[in-house]
Amino acid sequence: MTQAVLERPPGRGDLPSDVHHDEGPSGILKWLTSTDHKVIGKSYLITSFIFFVIGGAMALVIRAQLSSPNNALVSQHQYNELFTMHGSIMLLLFAGPFAFAGFANYFVPLQVGAPDMAFPRLNALSYWLFLSGGLIMISGFLTTGGAADFGWVAYAPLSNATNSPGAGADMWIIALILTGFSAIFTGVNIVTTVFYLRAPGMTMFRVPIFTWNMLVVAILILIAFPVLTSALVMLFADRHFGTHIFEVQGGGVPVLWQHLFWFFGHPEVYIIALPYFGMVTDIIPVFSRKPLFGYKGMIFATMAIAALSTGVWAHHMFTTGVVLLPFFSLMSYLIAVPTGIKFFNWIATMWRGQIRFTASMLFCIGFLLTFLVGGLTGVLLASPPIDFATHDTYFVVAHFHSVVMALVMAGVGAIFYWYPKITNRMLNETLGKATFWFMFIGANVTFMPQYLLGLRGMPRRIATYPASSGFATLNLVSSAGAMLIAISALLLLWNFWISWRKPVPAGDNPWDAHTLEWATTSPPPHHNFNSLPPIRSERPVWDANHPEAALTSHGASLKSAGGDAL
Amino acid sequence: MKVEAWFLVGLAVFFGLVGAVYWFLSYEDAGSVMLAGTALLGLLPGGYYLWWSRRMSPRPEDRSDATIASGASVIGAFPSTSLWPFVAGLGFALVALALIFGLWTALPGFSLVFTAMVGFIRESRRGGAV
Repeated sequence: MTQAVLERPPGRGDLPSDVHHDEGPSGILKWLTSTDHKVIGKSYLITSFIFFVIGGAMALVIRAQLSSPNNALVSQHQYNELFTMHGSIMLLLFAGPFAFAGFANYFVPLQVGAPDMAFPRLNALSYWLFLSGGLIMISGFLTTGGAADFGWVAYAPLSNATNSPGAGADMWIIALILTGFSAIFTGVNIVTTVFYLRAPGMTMFRVPIFTWNMLVVAILILIAFPVLTSALVMLFADRHFGTHIFEVQGGGVPVLWQHLFWFFGHPEVYIIALPYFGMVTDIIPVFSRKPLFGYKGMIFATMAIAALSTGVWAHHMFTTGVVLLPFFSLMSYLIAVPTGIKFFNWIATMWRGQIRFTASMLFCIGFLLTFLVGGLTGVLLASPPIDFATHDTYFVVAHFHSVVMALVMAGVGAIFYWYPKITNRMLNETLGKATFWFMFIGANVTFMPQYLLGLRGMPRRIATYPASSGFATLNLVSSAGAMLIAISALLLLWNFWISWRKPVPAGDNPWDAHTLEWATTSPPPHHNFNSLPPIRSERPVWDANHPEAALTSHGASLKSAGGDAL
Repeated sequence: MKVEAWFLVGLAVFFGLVGAVYWFLSYEDAGSVMLAGTALLGLLPGGYYLWWSRRMSPRPEDRSDATIASGASVIGAFPSTSLWPFVAGLGFALVALALIFGLWTALPGFSLVFTAMVGFIRESRRGGAV
């Protein structure tokens, strides 16, 4: 092992810097031993994308099974395994780690001007815990009893040793404990990096929104994941060590599991969502050729969403009859306010901008539209009378799939935006636009029918339905839409293939972007920066590249030139 | 440092208030305890930062007029490569699997974790300023 004592790179125009240290081993040994945040970030991105493909394949089997009534493509038990693992993989192995561990690992140190994450070896350990946890969870399919089949929420008493015996369920619990620790370590790392490794002049209110959101998400992880981990330990003890924490027979309280799980589970929704909000907030100003509208408003909206999201867990438990309905309903409604502020800021950023409709920008607009549908149906579900009618129907399934498909679109937009920085290669724009239309149309064709199915009373988590139910046509449409989404995923993979075989060089800043990661080379050198531009606003790279614009009316540099502390 | 401090103290204040409201409206134990714990999560580091932020001069990254050169100094020692996170991760996974499949994976698991801990410590000792 080698250790590099790092010095801050000199400013642009100072002495030419030589902070290149030895690059270490290459090949498989590099992947095993690297503590470089960029290598770890790429490992996370690739690993979680593979999990996305696996989870997506499961979704396609689910849609194939539901495409016609009385279908028997998979058995009841296999169907339960499939939707459980689809949910667990997509939420805990893809959506969260892809953004929060992959993109954040790669770009948070770059955006604040740091040479690496604060704890590089802890960062590497996080990745190995994530990978081993993910593999253990999926290996559940190899056990004789099959994988976990109690839904990703693992409600007591369904998840106890009597109702869900077998090693697959235990492996699911152990896997979530391992990946939970991975998330906690990454959270600690990001908070410390943002608090202590910022470049001089990079005050907290000049940090890009992407990094701000990652900081808030890191705090949310530190709030939520320890609760999940301890709940899982209790569940494991109930299953194997004879405790009765969630078992009525021994004086336990089954609904306690729901409290613990959703105290994790609802912040988890925002742990997944806020990073993608951050990506969109960084991308839209670049392709609108305007500064972000309401920078501080965005930060406070992020904080408000995160804070409120921790006080709304029991809106998943309205129908249990033992929770305080007015409190949780009001708190849930309140989240619409900061989310609305974000929406207005995104629109106001685009308003009268010189918009470039790149594939990345299209995906961001697709995110706005799809998330609006998911968000507004969420406001409906926050109302207890409506929730009583639609709880555990396909209406709820459609609601949260609108939300997460919006996040997937934001994530693909982020891939198109940041891929040139990571690889120094462009992705094909035409193919990217085709990817967008397949995904956007596919997502709406898949999930709009599910709202109707839910309102007509189709329950979630049923393996099949009788022909007399009248659910057949809408389900067939929904399954067809899922095929469109699958095609868009294949187009994205094809795009990677093209960029790998016939690379188009990207250069350091192909989008004329604003934030600090575009000040360095593509891909960035070991320890990130050979020189840093002066940081005088939240758009240091723009200021450096467009000195003529420094004193125009919308330049934040004008305001902060006086040197006020915030 | 002030912004960071108030960020965490604000978290504590918010969850202190919400926790109190929730307790007196519901008398439900689990949620109230978790909300109180969340308030502490903000209060402990936030209070520490607030204490220090009033006693230290602003760091270059806190000052909007700082030049890049003003922060030029050693900022820490970063390991370039290390095998031990991988060894530790493998060890923890094997220890976790021992809970399901019996103790036969626990021995190699604990050995790997122990080796990795020794490795981590020796690495830090050899490696100059940390």
